[in-house]
Amino acid sequence: MREEVIVRVGAKVLAPFIITFGLYVHFHGDYSPGGGFQAGVILAAAIALLALVYGLDAVQKVVTPRFVRACAALGVIIFAGVGVVTMVLGHNYLGYNALAHDPRHGQHYGILGVELGVLVTVFGVMVTVFYLFAGRRGRTQ
Amino acid sequence: MSAHLPILQVVVPLLAAPFCLFLKRGRVAWGLAVLASWAALAIALALLDQVMREGVLSYAIGDWAPPIGIEYRVDVVNAWVLVIVSGIGAIVSPYAMASIEREVEAGRIPLFYAAYLLCLSGLLGITITGDMFNVFVFLEISSLSAYALIALGQARRALTSAFRYLIMGSVGATFIVIGIGLLYVMTGTLNMADLAQLLPEVWDSRTVKVAYGFLTVGFCLKLALFPLHLWLPNAYTYAPSAVTAFMASTATKVAVYMLLRFFLTIFGAPFSFDVMALDRVLLPLALVAIASMSLVAIFQVNVKRLLAYSSVAQIGYMILGLSFATVTGLTATLLHLFNHALMKGALFMAMGCVMYRIGSVHINAMAGLGRRMPWTMAAFVVGGLSLVGVPLTVGFVSKWYLILGALERGWWPVAILVLLTSLLALVYIWRVVEAAYFRDFPGDEQTREAPWTLLGPTWALVALNLYFGIDAGRTVQIARQAAETLMAGISP
Repeated sequence: MREEVIVRVGAKVLAPFIITFGLYVHFHGDYSPGGGFQAGVILAAAIALLALVYGLDAVQKVVTPRFVRACAALGVIIFAGVGVVTMVLGHNYLGYNALAHDPRHGQHYGILGVELGVLVTVFGVMVTVFYLFAGRRGRTQ
Repeated sequence: MSAHLPILQVVVPLLAAPFCLFLKRGRVAWGLAVLASWAALAIALALLDQVMREGVLSYAIGDWAPPIGIEYRVDVVNAWVLVIVSGIGAIVSPYAMASIEREVEAGRIPLFYAAYLLCLSGLLGITITGDMFNVFVFLEISSLSAYALIALGQARRALTSAFRYLIMGSVGATFIVIGIGLLYVMTGTLNMADLAQLLPEVWDSRTVKVAYGFLTVGFCLKLALFPLHLWLPNAYTYAPSAVTAFMASTATKVAVYMLLRFFLTIFGAPFSFDVMALDRVLLPLALVAIASMSLVAIFQVNVKRLLAYSSVAQIGYMILGLSFATVTGLTATLLHLFNHALMKGALFMAMGCVMYRIGSVHINAMAGLGRRMPWTMAAFVVGGLSLVGVPLTVGFVSKWYLILGALERGWWPVAILVLLTSLLALVYIWRVVEAAYFRDFPGDEQTREAPWTLLGPTWALVALNLYFGIDAGRTVQIARQAAETLMAGISP
């Protein structure tokens, strides 16, 4: 596919939109269908598209395997960290009301924070799984 | 701060796990794992103490009141299991350093500790939560990390045994979640205490009975009750030694706890024993497990596999206690949860020491080892005696209450069978002792005793075997109180 101009340009044009759409699905997740998991998968799909068209090596130079693995761990820390923050602020674990004066805003920020953790982990794990399968060299080669 | 202890019990190891991935050096990750494990033990002990003094603790996650939100609910039963799980974690994690450096390649060691901490937090989560669906979530966390831990074993067969466990474990988890789903359909709630209130109204429905069936099979797969135990021997044999010691003492115990919690707290003893005849279903399976698996263990040549089959037999004892359907029987079950964790932990850790020095746990490779590694083999002997049930060890306390339970029901043959199968345990332990002490050492003259970093934790467990065998008052009191709580059902 590396020689196909239309595919290469198409992928290049689409990738930023896919990523933007992924972020939209996340940040609009509390008003419309969506959330961290779906957003993470969409972001990972953008990486997978680029890897399919431009080759795994080129993509791994930008989005390194170490980076995605760190993402997988970082998301858990963000999620659990939000809970710890609310606990430090004197509420129960994941009691989002602690995050703002108005409980409605608190719930809003809390959900966004927790879902951000989900997004980061899902993105990291999805891309790691993709890299592992894509990076396998067959025995015959 | 003490009000937050129930959630910290899970969050401390859960939060430590991802940090392990950022640490490049295995030793640093190990330090973090040890720290988190001991913190978990401290929290569990504090919780047990608080529960014994003040009664049931309830923690509302996210400030949502219980029937709606997720509740963490600690009573004597799960406080007891929390102490078992985190205690084994606290003793195995220091042991893991030397053992894992020998058995797992260096680049994967931080990953190992991350998976270990996830497994620990999953097991603690299953135990502490008062929400049925939360049980399933934590079950998946602990199982997935357990598959990864087992696959880290040296032999290539570790991969196939981990895969086999994955298939069987997933089937079990699926059955459990189907059961949970059916219960949710019937009652509209996931909170355990709430379910216990609502279920009696719908006892007669077929859906509830089908849910009960699915849950029974799912739990029995997870706890490796006799015909569903096939995943266990290979998984325990080929996993790294520290993993085997940890899993053998915790994973199946937590599965037994799940069974007790669902069938006695949620469904209630009257439904389980009078309507569903759970005791009559489990009794024959438990007896067959004890007798057949003890016999199979005798013919094993790999000592880790021998101990694995013995574990299946010991699980039979736990289920046997439950099938008496009395407080004494349940006391025996809950005591054996603790006692078996102590003895199997010590035995598998002694095998880890042998693996460290001679790289094999084949019974012939251990010939004459009693003189080369006196402390290791002495630990094995004491652990073995405990397994047999010799007085002054914890094994005796379990067997005592088990036989007491059998006699209370007037089941003489069962009591005699328990005694006879103890002799079978003596046979398979003796085969190892015979090889280690009464045969000449053919191997390398350089073979030395295992390092103290391995022997220390091993002997700590051996010492606990003896201590709680001599002074069983406290453990029996807690186990009895827990058994009474379970039999009484949930208090509104």
